[in-house]
Amino acid sequence: MSEVIHADHHDDHAHGPAKGLKRWLFTTNHKDIGTLYLWFSFAMFLIGGVLALVIRAELFQPGLQFVQPEFFNQMTTNHGLIMVFGAIMPAFVGLANWLVPMQVGAPDMALPRMNNLSFWILPFAFGMMISTLFMEGGGPNFGWTFYAPLSTTYAPPSVTYFIFAVHLMGASSIMGSINIIATILNMRAPGMTLMKMPMFVWTWLITAYLLIAVMPVLAGAVTMMLFDIHFNTSFFNAAGGGDPVMFQHILWFFGHPEVYIMILPAFGIVSHIIPAFARKRLFGYTSMVYAVASIAFLSFIVWAHHMFTVGMPLAGQLFFMYSTMLIAVPTGVKVFNWISTMWRGSMTFETPMLFAIAFVVLFTMGGFSGLMLAITPVDYQYHDTYFVVAHFHYVLVPGALFSIIAAVYFWFPKWTGKMYDETLGKIHFWLSFVGVNVTFFPQHFSGLAGMPRRIPDYPLQFADFNMISSVGAFIFGLSQVFFLYVIIKSIRSGAPAADRSWEGAKGLEWTLPSPAPYHSFTHPPVVKDEEVLG
Amino acid sequence: MKHQLLRIFGGIAALLSAGIATADELNLRVGVTDISRQVYDLHMTIFLICVAIGVVVLGVLFWSVFAHRKSKGVEPATFHESTKLELAWTIVPTLILIVMAIPATQVLVAMYDTGGEDMSIEVRGYQWKWQYKYLDDDYNNTLSFFSVMSTPRDEIYNQSAKAENYLLEVDEYLRIPTNRKVRFLITAEDVIHAWWVPDFGIKRDAVPGMLNELWTIVEEPGIYRGQCTELCGKDHGFMPIVLEVMPEAEFDAWYASRVTSESVRQESIADALTHEELMAQGEAVYGTYCASCHLANGEGVAPVFPAIAGSAVAQGPRDDHLSLVINGVAGTAMQAFGKQLDSAQLASVVHYQRNAFGNDVGDMSQPQDVINLSNGQ
Ligand code: HEC
Ligand SMILES: [Cu+2]
Repeated sequence: MSEVIHADHHDDHAHGPAKGLKRWLFTTNHKDIGTLYLWFSFAMFLIGGVLALVIRAELFQPGLQFVQPEFFNQMTTNHGLIMVFGAIMPAFVGLANWLVPMQVGAPDMALPRMNNLSFWILPFAFGMMISTLFMEGGGPNFGWTFYAPLSTTYAPPSVTYFIFAVHLMGASSIMGSINIIATILNMRAPGMTLMKMPMFVWTWLITAYLLIAVMPVLAGAVTMMLFDIHFNTSFFNAAGGGDPVMFQHILWFFGHPEVYIMILPAFGIVSHIIPAFARKRLFGYTSMVYAVASIAFLSFIVWAHHMFTVGMPLAGQLFFMYSTMLIAVPTGVKVFNWISTMWRGSMTFETPMLFAIAFVVLFTMGGFSGLMLAITPVDYQYHDTYFVVAHFHYVLVPGALFSIIAAVYFWFPKWTGKMYDETLGKIHFWLSFVGVNVTFFPQHFSGLAGMPRRIPDYPLQFADFNMISSVGAFIFGLSQVFFLYVIIKSIRSGAPAADRSWEGAKGLEWTLPSPAPYHSFTHPPVVKDEEVLG
Repeated sequence: MKHQLLRIFGGIAALLSAGIATADELNLRVGVTDISRQVYDLHMTIFLICVAIGVVVLGVLFWSVFAHRKSKGVEPATFHESTKLELAWTIVPTLILIVMAIPATQVLVAMYDTGGEDMSIEVRGYQWKWQYKYLDDDYNNTLSFFSVMSTPRDEIYNQSAKAENYLLEVDEYLRIPTNRKVRFLITAEDVIHAWWVPDFGIKRDAVPGMLNELWTIVEEPGIYRGQCTELCGKDHGFMPIVLEVMPEAEFDAWYASRVTSESVRQESIADALTHEELMAQGEAVYGTYCASCHLANGEGVAPVFPAIAGSAVAQGPRDDHLSLVINGVAGTAMQAFGKQLDSAQLASVVHYQRNAFGNDVGDMSQPQDVINLSNGQ
């Protein structure tokens, strides 16, 4: 008996990762799961990127050169779905897995087994979704917003697989969110009060609530589609008394908070990186927290600004216009606070800082085009043109994506114990920066000139802008392959990193050794104000 | 230094806004209606306010990037909050937003000034064409026609040079008069489309089961072009909208003659046709109405759009084939063409399908057969 106990005890101490494939399949360790999420999202990012390049290759010149319209529609649809649900969201969950426990001084996530499940659902969900591209009749071709009845009565037979894939993604997101909330609310080290939590933890806490609120709405929408398709209901079928516009209300009631789900954690990341490289405490911590909370609240009452053209009464249009414009206020507060953090700091410009500054600048531009889109009477002219495409790519690519890349460079030394190659990192930044702007800036112009989105071919007056855009897209795409090279090279042969890898880095994670041990904070750390408040 | 930078920023901003305001292919169209001009002005107002704020805010950011560097030996300051500043940058943006909201509301209210129209036209979106119907009790709403893209396949597939209005040309324009208030009632037959004429500053979704309302008054005669702006399936990029705005007298003359020629055609609609006539008309109808799904060579797109070549229906009993085309197949993209085509067009397209693409049934389908079939039901 005592021997058994002894053996147990011994096991406990030597408990490192299991060997081989089993480590990854059965792991309940937040760092392993974080790594899985990050690599998964990177793989999805490359696949989604290839689809984007198919689109840009076809649009390089007027006329149909490479693909047929029905295939083109599958490309735009799957590009959107894969990037939103496969690349951006899992990347943020991966970062949360790695960082939240270390930042709040917890040994692991609150629900480690569920953590394993919420990751391992994803490869199946996306396997199912991508397999539809090879089915007879092709994959989803109705846009990532899958408006009924194009996605129901008129959809290809594979739509049922798409519906189940969305259900799986939703289940995964909800489990991930419950886990994050449980960790943050229950497992903070003594002394870390809510208003001392790092911004990344704050933004994720709020994001997780948004996810729990809206993923079931999405599940409801696709379930109604399923019933319309297979069980002859008419939720969205006008001929049977249903309403296609109701589908859009439901979709965007999910969809608008979803947009903030993809940007709030980015706000958190940038709020760590800018203070670190400005060597100055984050300006206006309290107002930053309130700004995030108000953005999250507002995200529930602006959804119909995506549908100004469906034919709403005047009062409805005005309400959604005003509420949408209001979002500019808390968003502005965040930008002003970041700039004030930089102001009279002592700045250096390592790769994470470059990405973070580019985030602030380009996200602000995306914010301005967003404000223009909020103005209902002019939105009629912008709606469903490339102006919208430019707008949301500015907030998602140099917005969400740049923040993820910045986070990878910033915490890379903590994760791996190695430093990335600074020169290569900077090359990666400048290539991405040029690529992103060459791709998406001209799209503002093609949109204003009147080019509708989601078309495989276009009238001749849009030719120049599209050619520039396509060139930019290939630059951007290749620079992300270069990113992969930088990361692999640095994992293999990076210089050893210090525990506090950046001079100005503050937070509990930097008090751990680099690389962070497999099990960290098995005993709660002492929370010192100058550490957590920066 | 500080002055110089400010000057540079000011210069860039001025250049940008001037450049963007003048170069018309870089900016929104001013358009030709009162509404479109109001929309353009509003767009410029909001845009310039954004540019101004952007120049100030990002100017501060870049100044900081240049000046507050460790390499310049700057010691970091220690301030990290200021209630006054936070209040200022909450209140000032709110005020700016109110300034923006006032003209925005005015323009929107002006757009919603419906009623008092001189004429109404029903606009109906189909996969992938528009149907226009002049709502006119004097003529029992008889004047209605489809407007289908007429850009040839060769141009799309780069086998011949692209014409000036590539993808923006249709077989029949929607014609309206100048200076009259025209109301458009917008709806759709199958999926959601959107009807947009940029030069008029109007766009509205065409939703099945719903009637949306738009109106316009155009002063300048001319030809105005737009495109469908809601993803509606395979040929979403190929359903342009073309309007010809005619001086009032000219329009009235055209309208009268168009209504007359339509009724003359209706009178002789039941006349029997020869095989050659049927094939010729059938091929034209097929190219305009059927080829987008069943393809010009009749091969279809498996499994969504079945082939006509070798089809059991096209080689089976004639009346079954006719009634499938007349009534469509509920719940699929195969529309009820009885509502879209007249009996001569229906008879000829069915005849054509039965005797082309290697199908060789050899029977005849006459307009009278279609009429009998429809009456029998
Ligand atoms: C928007 C796409 C679309 C257009 C345009 C279209 N069809 Fe169809 N058609 C279909 C679909 C989908 C089916 C299969 C319906 C089903 O599931 O039975 C079909 C089936 C048919 C069939 C039966 C084929 C078979 O072997 O089962 C015939 C005949 C036919 N169409 C004739 C026509 C004619 C004539 C026109 C033009 C006047 C036309 N179609 C235009 C989509 C279209
Ligand atoms: Cu359409």
